[in-house]
Amino acid sequence: MNEYTTTRHNELVDPSLHIWGWEIPVYLFIGGLVAGMMIITGYFIFKGRYKDKACVCRVLPLLGMIILSAGMFALFLDLEHKLYTWRLYLTFKVASPMSWGAWILIVVYPAMIASFLINVPEYFSKKFPWIDKISEKLQQHKYAVKNIGVINMLLGGLLGIYTGVLLSALGARPLWNSSMLWLLFLVSGLSAASAFVHMVAKRVDERELLAKADNGFLILEIFVIGLFIIGMLTSTKVHIQSALVLLSGIYAPAFWVFVLGLGIVIPLIIQLLAVNHKIKHTPIAPIMVIVGGLILRYVIVYAGQYTRWVDASLLP
Amino acid sequence: MMRFGMVIDTKKCVGCMDCVVACKTENDVPEKLNRDWIVQDVRGKNPDLHMEIRTERCNHCDNPPCVYCCPTGASHVHDLGGIVLVTHDLCIGCKACLASCPYDARFVHPEGYADKCTFCVHRVEKGLDPACVSVCPTHCMYFGDFDDPNSQVSKLLASRKNHSLIPEAGTKPQIFYLV
Repeated sequence: MNEYTTTRHNELVDPSLHIWGWEIPVYLFIGGLVAGMMIITGYFIFKGRYKDKACVCRVLPLLGMIILSAGMFALFLDLEHKLYTWRLYLTFKVASPMSWGAWILIVVYPAMIASFLINVPEYFSKKFPWIDKISEKLQQHKYAVKNIGVINMLLGGLLGIYTGVLLSALGARPLWNSSMLWLLFLVSGLSAASAFVHMVAKRVDERELLAKADNGFLILEIFVIGLFIIGMLTSTKVHIQSALVLLSGIYAPAFWVFVLGLGIVIPLIIQLLAVNHKIKHTPIAPIMVIVGGLILRYVIVYAGQYTRWVDASLLP
Repeated sequence: MMRFGMVIDTKKCVGCMDCVVACKTENDVPEKLNRDWIVQDVRGKNPDLHMEIRTERCNHCDNPPCVYCCPTGASHVHDLGGIVLVTHDLCIGCKACLASCPYDARFVHPEGYADKCTFCVHRVEKGLDPACVSVCPTHCMYFGDFDDPNSQVSKLLASRKNHSLIPEAGTKPQIFYLV
């Protein structure tokens, strides 16, 4: 018999950690989504597709900035000492992923603004002709435009990676303590962004391309989740227990049904049929992918907080 | 250099919670929150049972993840004996340090900053013991410098069987329990 009793009952900490509510999963999802959008925009710019006025890369930077700002607002809502938020920007802590993230969030905006200026949406070019002039001048410098594309891809990658490292660096929560988490969140972000862009793109060839890309990302995501779980199951006792929280514990229904089933496998089947012209493209699969990506962050953040280091001899 | 830490004799601790009350009074810890607490750990199979009563708090780790993950430098290691502290007006309340602590020793103060045991640094600076140590009626708690081989805590560790909490988490905790 092992019996452990404690007099501690601190708010947000006991009986199991619950410091992060909806704000953090929403922010992590948005971070991944915008990261994916930046990578797609950067790729289209690099490939010279920006010359086409109907290219989706014309609207993505603006959408990205709006969505990311909403995510940062969610992050701000989570802070307990809000008036001191500016303290983040008086220092850079190399060992702190959160410090990296704070600065990454600052540098992605100029990159998105630069990609916005390459091909300004019609509404802005009509209302503010001076923006259009900047755009025309920018387009004359082909290498600068290509570099903006590359920078968007790199910073997008960094943003997506950081959202995973943020959690995996917190070694006290065994479920998060995996070096696969950055890859999982990056691939999931790319997949959600592909699904999102698939819905907003006007050009049929772009929609087709992104549906195919999304299928690739979804297949990769299944492998990454598999490796993430295998990594846990072949680690220490606390890590095995953490994996079981997802596989057969209280978060198993959400993980199997919403993350894997409705979030990955079923939309993958629908999109595979669509790209092979067996059925028509509908927004159903992309919406499932996006909601699945959001639920993935929820499950990982909540289940991770539920797991903790305990004396291994206390474990069953 | 000094390295402050604690040694707690579980053979003497009766779980009276005087240390808990002393801490709350000394540090004005808000209602429903605790910087230290009592644990009863019973193991074995009847009739061969072993019970350990111990007082727990922040372990002021030598490899403190809460300090590394802090984005503003609010969580830091004090020059005096490696005590891990939080500068209140640098803390943004992101709670990364709460998530990084394998002992769940931190909490959010109602004013918004992360809070935890300070080893009563304001007392230690004056050469006094932390409040919890000074009030313990069974004298089961010892505070001192592990870097000094002649300190009482070093001698106790050298002479008695002991353990720390979850050493496998790799944080090098600086509180040891005599068994």
